[in-house]
Amino acid sequence: MLRLLALTVCGGFLFGMSLTANAAEKIVITGSSTVAPLVAEIGKRFEEQNPDVRIDVQTGGSSRGINDARSGLANIGMASRSLKDEEKDLKGTAIARDGIGIILNAANMVRSLTDQQIVDIFLGKITDWSAVGGKAGPITVVNKADGRSTLELFLNHFKLKASDIKAQVIIGDNQQGIKTVAGNPNAIGYVSVGTAEFEAGQGTSVKLLSMNGIPATVENIQNGSFPLARPLTLVTKDEPSGVVRAFIDFAQSAAVHDLVKEQFFVPVLP
Amino acid sequence: MSPCSRDARLFWILSASALIASGLLLLILVFLAKESWPVIQNAGLSKFMRSDGWYPTEGAYGLLPMLAASMAMSALAIIIAAPLGVASALFCRFYAPPLISRMYRWAIILLAGIPSVVLGLWGLTVIVPLILAVSPPGTSLLAGSIILALMILPTVALTTEAALAAVPMTYWQGAAALGLSKEATILRVALPATAASIYAGILLAVARALGETMAVLMVSGNVVQLPSSLFDPVRTLTANIALEMAYATGDHRASLFVSGLVLTALVLALAAGARRSGGQIVHA
Repeated sequence: MLRLLALTVCGGFLFGMSLTANAAEKIVITGSSTVAPLVAEIGKRFEEQNPDVRIDVQTGGSSRGINDARSGLANIGMASRSLKDEEKDLKGTAIARDGIGIILNAANMVRSLTDQQIVDIFLGKITDWSAVGGKAGPITVVNKADGRSTLELFLNHFKLKASDIKAQVIIGDNQQGIKTVAGNPNAIGYVSVGTAEFEAGQGTSVKLLSMNGIPATVENIQNGSFPLARPLTLVTKDEPSGVVRAFIDFAQSAAVHDLVKEQFFVPVLP
Repeated sequence: MSPCSRDARLFWILSASALIASGLLLLILVFLAKESWPVIQNAGLSKFMRSDGWYPTEGAYGLLPMLAASMAMSALAIIIAAPLGVASALFCRFYAPPLISRMYRWAIILLAGIPSVVLGLWGLTVIVPLILAVSPPGTSLLAGSIILALMILPTVALTTEAALAAVPMTYWQGAAALGLSKEATILRVALPATAASIYAGILLAVARALGETMAVLMVSGNVVQLPSSLFDPVRTLTANIALEMAYATGDHRASLFVSGLVLTALVLALAAGARRSGGQIVHA
């Protein structure tokens, strides 16, 4: 009986909401599944502050985001990269940056690896740490599961194919990656820099490797100097105006930095 | 109210409940089939029954290694858990002093109540490094089996104990009258009389092992390959779904539903097997 009552109340509430939604302005946002969870959270907060605006977030990849923005199917497109040269007719705004760092166990003597060494390790051509200046021991390659945005960024950066990687452990989220590497002195993996920096600071026995001599820090991702990073971009057809402009400004503002960090991304500086 | 109309009311309540229960199962099956249909139609079912690689974003859907891993891991787990569970129930029932027996039973019940993610975390920080010291990478078929064995041990122990408690008093009296020793009574009278129930408990445990996800995902390494040794990392069907579902779209997503469909088929086959070979109850 109580449940029935709750249902009725819920239904009434939804009904009421749909009525206001008809009167409200609606922003349709489509594109990259990397950016979508963050934009959905930002959208929720934006709706709270602007009760007459409805935000509809749909995924379908960065290309769909750009196509939809260009064709006008969506007010805003989402892309997990910066705009290419042939897309410069559109207007792109970075709302956050996504950066990944290579992590080793803190007990590992190796201080740095070249890009070529990292590629050879992940392809299974180098299988012992002694080949790259470490203490002899079989390398445990920790890779991400198919479909993860960190995997995609890693593969793109090193120009690899998912099926070429010879991994000994495959993990889902960043936490699992950090626990796996912390528990295995011979492991190598990659996770979001924000998480790894936090965990290393908490005393977890992992360390982040520098890339091309640039330390993997949130700061270096923010200023754009760290190579293994990409911007999360909102794309519009023209210079945005009205409520769309308000939303994009909101998504860049300090008011959503906590949401950005929750998703292990790095806020952009204004 | 006449007894007749009360009967009718009970009949309708019970039929409705049964219908809802079986209807839900049917709905789940229909849902699984519907979600996996697009990729089965595009790629064909034969593409899944292969072992040459699982790269759904590149169009390779070999599920066979994961099917093998699921079966191997559950089989190993039950090989570890069944003797331990039955032995501990026998100990508890016939040899332990009452205080120890009660404490032991509480420990088993407590073990049954530990959330799988906690067991997984414990496995990742304790069991995996131990195996790593023997043969890297540590996260392996063996680690998964050990954790699964711990999870299903209570099921075997508790069902066995309940079955032993239900052995009719006349059996004990008969055995005593024949002058049988305690050992002979347990091995030749009590165990055969409870075999069907113990077997049912074991099947229940295997079904749970097949469906377990979180703990297995954390300790078994999740590399898609046919295991050639206990120390190889493997990926089970359940871990596959949990690992990739959150970020999968299109055919990739549909192929994960095929994983679910195959897993469901495996559990149904197990249940069917149980019906065929089980069923006979020795004591009524």
